[in-house]
Amino acid sequence: MEARPQRTTGAEAPREEIDIAPVRPNGPVAAAVLAAGIGSLVLAILVIVSEASVSFADSLAYSDRVGPLAGKTIWAVVAFLGSWLGLGIALRRREVDLRKVTIVAAVLIALALIGTFSPFFELFMAEE
Amino acid sequence: MDLNSHEFWALVHGILLGGAFLLAFTGGLAGLYSLRLELVTPAGVRDRIRRLSIGTTAMAAILWLTVIAGTWIVYPWYREDVPSSPKSELLANPDTKDWHEFAMEWKEHIAWIAPMLATAAAFIVLYYKADLIRNNFARRLAMGLFIGAFVCAVIAGVLGALITKKAPVT
Repeated sequence: MEARPQRTTGAEAPREEIDIAPVRPNGPVAAAVLAAGIGSLVLAILVIVSEASVSFADSLAYSDRVGPLAGKTIWAVVAFLGSWLGLGIALRRREVDLRKVTIVAAVLIALALIGTFSPFFELFMAEE
Repeated sequence: MDLNSHEFWALVHGILLGGAFLLAFTGGLAGLYSLRLELVTPAGVRDRIRRLSIGTTAMAAILWLTVIAGTWIVYPWYREDVPSSPKSELLANPDTKDWHEFAMEWKEHIAWIAPMLATAAAFIVLYYKADLIRNNFARRLAMGLFIGAFVCAVIAGVLGALITKKAPVT
């Protein structure tokens, strides 16, 4: 009786066989994660300031059809991409403490989630 | 049974793009979760990384398209300064004004956080490629960002569906 070929499981596979790239510095990853936090927080800050100041909100209405949301989102994306580029260049060859970076980014994102929550930012609504 | 252009774009924004991300999310998360040395063969790693790279990049791109289409195509119809626009209709009735003041105001902003988080998650996958399998922290970070993007997208998507039920863009 011919023996059936054994199925190779991941646990049995020699680790060397797995084609793993050389370890890369984690600076660019830190830059991307921080940039996501910065972009999100900039959006929240613009939302709150727009709520507090009608003239500021009007200044962000680059499109009459979209209103202030146009400027808020454009500047948030500019902050995201700009900070990613800047931090990416600064950290491109560096090894950083990714745990600390994650905590900082988590705080930025948490603040952004609070700042974009309508019952919160409406507390800052300008008096009519 | 026709769709006018407003309804068509609302469908593209909410169902084709937003819905596609929400459906694809589970697959992406499962792919990241199970990307562990003890669970995959060498051939499996290559295949898994290729699918994860394509999948996470596509999902980030879909989220960008969703928020851009929502903000620049559908939202102007929603907020048009005419009595028949959804915003005007919701605000005209004290029983429905919270659908704009709470739901729409929250949705239109939180939605934009999702693509930034998903882009960072996709970048981690593209940057580390197969190395992600031995970098547990980076893998978990990508999962966390991905879950964050999903939560933001779900909040925006559910609120959008409920608002559309109350006052559709037509």
